[in-house]
Amino acid sequence: MRMIRVLQIASLGFALAAAGVVVAQEGAELKPANTRVDNLASLQRGARLYFNYCAGCHSLQYLRYSRLAEDLQLSEEQVLKNFAFTGAKIGDLAVSNLPAAKADEWFGKAPPDLSLEARAKGPDWIYNYLKAFYLDESRPSGWNNTVFPNVAMPNVLWELQGVQRAVYAPAKAGEEPRVERLELAAKGALSPMEFDEAARDLTAFLEYVGEPAKLKREAMGVWVVLYLGFFTLLAWLLKHEYWKDVH
Amino acid sequence: MASVFSAIGNWINERAPGLVPVYRKHMSEYYAPKNFNVWYYFGSLALLVLVNQIVTGIFLTMFYKPDASLAFASVEYIMRDVNWGWLIRYMHEVGASMFFIVVYLHMFRGLMYGSYKKPRELVWLLGMLIFLVLMAEAFMGYVLPWGNMSFWGAKVIISLFGTIPWIGDALMEWIMGDYLPSDATLNRFFSLHVIALPLVLLLLVVLHIAALHEVGSNNPDGVEIKKKKDERGRPLDGIAFHPYYTVKDLFGAGFFLIICAFIIFFQPTVGGWFLEPDNFIPANNLVTPEHIKPVWYFTPFYAMLRMVPSFFGTAVWGVIVMFVGIFALFLVPWLDRGVVKSVRYRGRGYKIGLALFALSFLGLGTVGAGLSFEMIPRWFGPDADVTAIENFYGRFWLIVYFASFVALWAYTHFGWEKTRPVPERVTGH
Repeated sequence: MRMIRVLQIASLGFALAAAGVVVAQEGAELKPANTRVDNLASLQRGARLYFNYCAGCHSLQYLRYSRLAEDLQLSEEQVLKNFAFTGAKIGDLAVSNLPAAKADEWFGKAPPDLSLEARAKGPDWIYNYLKAFYLDESRPSGWNNTVFPNVAMPNVLWELQGVQRAVYAPAKAGEEPRVERLELAAKGALSPMEFDEAARDLTAFLEYVGEPAKLKREAMGVWVVLYLGFFTLLAWLLKHEYWKDVH
Repeated sequence: MASVFSAIGNWINERAPGLVPVYRKHMSEYYAPKNFNVWYYFGSLALLVLVNQIVTGIFLTMFYKPDASLAFASVEYIMRDVNWGWLIRYMHEVGASMFFIVVYLHMFRGLMYGSYKKPRELVWLLGMLIFLVLMAEAFMGYVLPWGNMSFWGAKVIISLFGTIPWIGDALMEWIMGDYLPSDATLNRFFSLHVIALPLVLLLLVVLHIAALHEVGSNNPDGVEIKKKKDERGRPLDGIAFHPYYTVKDLFGAGFFLIICAFIIFFQPTVGGWFLEPDNFIPANNLVTPEHIKPVWYFTPFYAMLRMVPSFFGTAVWGVIVMFVGIFALFLVPWLDRGVVKSVRYRGRGYKIGLALFALSFLGLGTVGAGLSFEMIPRWFGPDADVTAIENFYGRFWLIVYFASFVALWAYTHFGWEKTRPVPERVTGH
């Protein structure tokens, strides 16, 4: 029996180690986004940022404006007036008007759809990416990014963030100089702390867009687990009652 | 009211007199040992998950489109626009992983208590066939959402058949209906996943249970309860499956569902283990995911594939080793010559062998999941030769895996095992 115990503990150890690796791997360089998808105000601010700064080029092909109105508790008029700059109707999908063929020509690569970006890359990645732009004369757009090196996208949020420059570490022989850190060269409309909040709101919005069901599933889950707990208790009492006969 | 029910009962009984005896044989007069422990929940839980997969699958099929240009979007449609679609999809997705968890634990239980030994060899064989079909079923289901990992996973797994000499390439084309996973592949996988394999699976499950009920259940003591019967022919240590084990399994099901609900409602992707981030990117034959790896439940077998080098200009050896690795499990009833069933009364060697076998399975899993690839630079420094260390680590577990089968045979065949006396009756309940 002792061997079995050892085995059980060992398998548990493996599972924990495996889980630990995933956490370590994701958090290696990225700062946590600390988004709250249940914070409605944050989602609304994020939506405003998204439709003012991102929606011109990026589509959300799986999101309907009507769903946005419902989930963010906004009226249809508010959504059409503040978000739908493409002349879309309330039941339409939030697709950008950027012609795909032209986009390839203009940017070198058409801006991707962002419906599932938060699910594919994770909120932390998006949060860090948004904050990691710096000036780089060698790039066609004039911008580069430490989280996504040589990205085609320019820093659309520079008015808010200000302009960052890279501070390079001394290069080793035969290697490209490595970006050590970024420093703010020109102030933007927001303070660094305010910009962190803005990036967090935008990330939370994309997290919501990636999985609208997330708004209700956690709230619902509490009740489901409570119900199942009650059910299991009853089942245990029933079992206990029947098993009184078993000697 | 009661008279209405008994009238209906009589009406049916007159026309189908065989039904009540069947019910008695499998439920109210099927005597199971009274000393089942926690390991004995996993059989009924596997059945529960099977029902869940079928029911949620029926609803998913109503909205899913088996078309390479529509499949990915139809899954997002289910997740967003179909009422309760997200819940159904998560139940199916979490159910798939839970299926393997309970099946692996169920199989380990069988190994621990010698449930594969005479007279239950057929139960074990049918169970192994279920496991094989389940793997095919899971693989094809994984392809259906048509994410990027679906596509590349399918490509890698199908290319296994391409390593077979002479016929490999033709076989691959025949399987895919194309030169790469495409619309034709998706369509046939859909057909196999929603009807062909589930039918086979159901049939095998019925046979597995029928075969079990012929010989009766084993138990943690490995005692044959049929050897000691009362004057009415009922096993002294047996209790009727219904109501005793139906209520007990009801409790087990409740407990299990709480765990499932936690995952479904709070952590449906399990940090990318049950649902990979790369599968939220549509299938793209031009963009390879950074690390192509199967879902966690296939990782031990995938590691067997990866850890065997190719030589004589072919990679078929890894494929052979993997299939032998699975097939070896079929042979366990004949490799193990020991008479004592339960690990409780077996020799120390069996316990060590079983522990090493389980560890090798998990160890191979860490290789297949790419964990060792991630951890080696962390543990051995950035300049470490990752491939060499991973090969050493993976091949070590691979050897342990196969050695445990050989050792099991040698240990029992040459009479090296020192067993303890098995009690006459079951101990405790």
